Amino acid sequence: MNLIREKRKLAPGVYEFWIENNHIVKYAQPGQFVVMRLHEKAERIPITIAGKKGDCFRAVVRAVGKSTYELCMVKEGDSIMDIAGPLGRPSEIDFYGNVMLVGGGVGIATLLPIAEALKAQNNRLYVVLGGRSKEYVIMLEEFSKLADQMIVTTDDGSFGIKGVVTDGMQMFFEREKIDIVWAVGPTIMMKFCSMKAKEHGVKIWVSLNPIMVDGTGMCGACRVTVDGKIKFACVDGPEFEGELVDWDELLKRLAQYRDEEERSLKLFMERVGDLSWL
Amino acid sequence: MAVKPFPKKTPMREQEAKERIKNFFEVPFGYSEEEAVLEAGRCLQCPAKPCVSGCPVGIDIPGFIRKIRERNFAEAAKILKLYNNLPAICGRVCPQETQCEEKCVVGRIPGSEPVAIGRLERFAADWEAEHSVQTQIEIAPAKHKKVAVVGSGPAGLTVAADLAKRGYEVHIFETLHKPGGVLVYGIPEFRLPKSIVEREVNYVKSLSVQIFLNMPVGRAIPVKDLLREYDAIFIGVGAGTPKFMGIEGTNLNGVYSANEFLTRVNLMKAYLFPEYDTPVRRGKKVIVVGGGNVAMDAARSALRLGAESVTVVYRRTEQEMPARREEYLHAVEEGIKFYWLTQPIRYVGNEKGEVVGAECISMRLGEPDESGRRRPIPIEDSRFILEADTVIEAIGTEANRFLLSQFDGLKLNKYGYIIADENTCATSMRKVFAGGDIVTGAATVIEAMGAGKRAAEWIDKFLSGEYDPWK
Repeated sequence: MNLIREKRKLAPGVYEFWIENNHIVKYAQPGQFVVMRLHEKAERIPITIAGKKGDCFRAVVRAVGKSTYELCMVKEGDSIMDIAGPLGRPSEIDFYGNVMLVGGGVGIATLLPIAEALKAQNNRLYVVLGGRSKEYVIMLEEFSKLADQMIVTTDDGSFGIKGVVTDGMQMFFEREKIDIVWAVGPTIMMKFCSMKAKEHGVKIWVSLNPIMVDGTGMCGACRVTVDGKIKFACVDGPEFEGELVDWDELLKRLAQYRDEEERSLKLFMERVGDLSWL
Repeated sequence: MAVKPFPKKTPMREQEAKERIKNFFEVPFGYSEEEAVLEAGRCLQCPAKPCVSGCPVGIDIPGFIRKIRERNFAEAAKILKLYNNLPAICGRVCPQETQCEEKCVVGRIPGSEPVAIGRLERFAADWEAEHSVQTQIEIAPAKHKKVAVVGSGPAGLTVAADLAKRGYEVHIFETLHKPGGVLVYGIPEFRLPKSIVEREVNYVKSLSVQIFLNMPVGRAIPVKDLLREYDAIFIGVGAGTPKFMGIEGTNLNGVYSANEFLTRVNLMKAYLFPEYDTPVRRGKKVIVVGGGNVAMDAARSALRLGAESVTVVYRRTEQEMPARREEYLHAVEEGIKFYWLTQPIRYVGNEKGEVVGAECISMRLGEPDESGRRRPIPIEDSRFILEADTVIEAIGTEANRFLLSQFDGLKLNKYGYIIADENTCATSMRKVFAGGDIVTGAATVIEAMGAGKRAAEWIDKFLSGEYDPWK
């Protein structure tokens, strides 16, 4: 169980893993996640399931803190100590008509199984993918096979349109009648996507990634305010309607352990040395 | 036997308060052999054995105490294990004062304390482990029937061990990465060392019980598969979802549920950060809301993480607080402050979204409510602000909606707990039994074990065709 069968670099500091786990492969549905613990002293970290193949599921990880750096350094043939899942509520896959899918950063990987499931329901897919620059826009090939139309945006204009994903959204909104939107990416991106969708009166699903511990509704660390009520992202989500989320609160909650995270990463870097290759 | 026993319990040595607030080591040291024998000598061996009726698992208390008095410690441990699969845990965390010890005849003698049954239980269990005496338990011939147990807390471990002893093949499914449930994520190291839990879990495993970790039932294994593959199912998932008062500021940084705070500290060892990766806020001014054992655990943990002040805010008085007396007294000795008849009504935050204080209101006690305790009523114009950089709400838990929603057709009560027969633990669903906090709401470790014990008995009767409540 939990053997890493394949590992591939997708972008600077972004890795794809194919991990053996029968239960997850058998039951995972689009939108769900797992909670991983790499070793005895590691944190429990939630990671979305980004596809399945044979007896493996795919996890895409970006190195941002000590735990994710460490995870990205795991090699093919190694195993992850604990993986619990699938967890969370699956995406509401149905026939909607014209669906806009917006992905940013590693959120693009989360979006892929949702896109595949929506395509299987005969929806027309309008895909917007964004990244800092060309090398950060992952899974272009997979999406170009699925999308009816696709727009890529980069902050520096090194690929596609120079701009952010909401610019791509605006272009589609002007061209087509969009029935529903999914946006997955950094929290700040999903906040602006939600504002953009609201501006056009279209419902939007976002996949939240608040700080989590157990992932099964037991601790309440991942609480978010949605429509004025306290929700637990792990069991009530991770997907919520974007226009109902209290984004500013979520952004503050995500910064909760910034000092500890910095300290932990610094100690880790001192121990393992240069990580710029990652 | 006409010798009058010493009036007081043989004292148990413990870490000095000023030392122990700096570490997470266990507070009481336990009895030495001499102390245990001395204390065992206080037992009158009365034929009525009222203590046994006060024990949810019906341990032969005079029996094991007599063996301690005879210095036959291995035999004492063996007697305990006949009734209780987790004696070292019970000896530490059972509320003995309201159970066995409350009924003790010695305690009825004016000016006399009951026999320290809990301490003796702990002694016998620890002695067995320290002397590597593995109690041989007879296991009945294989019955070729399989039972699934959902949750590896005190109820699940007990039902599993008892069914395994009766010859059933038992598989426990646990969502977390360590077995033990509340024993590993909830109760702090200084009250229940995790090595003790591990030791007793290993004993349950030694009875051929298999434990599958990281397995959220209903997600990683569908309920219909369990129903198909197993002859009976026991649900013992506890009442794990934290309640929040839901007042303004609940989602400020630094406001925790006790579950989150304790899970970070106990299960994830955040007190050893950065050696362990999971962080926890080390507050300087900490407020804990609530008056139960969980509130005491949270308060004492916060103190050990380096808080300058820890204040427990409770809406009733010392008389009504549900915490065990021993835990409360330990907390007082350690310097934790108590604000009685006080209730937070709003948390105050700064621009970064961090909690900086709690606005509280004073209460008075009115007529008794449904719990039988006098209802707290807010006193107008009594608001004041308590400064705090960390707030921990320990106001109870409720049923976890996620798992139960997967059991189609399982009848729940108005609070969302499973409706199960008090005696047999049978639920509304064929071959499904349930016990522990998920039936009763938050209760004690030993009560959950008592339910596990009863469930094992009735699951055995059901599987051997003697009993079928669903006919």
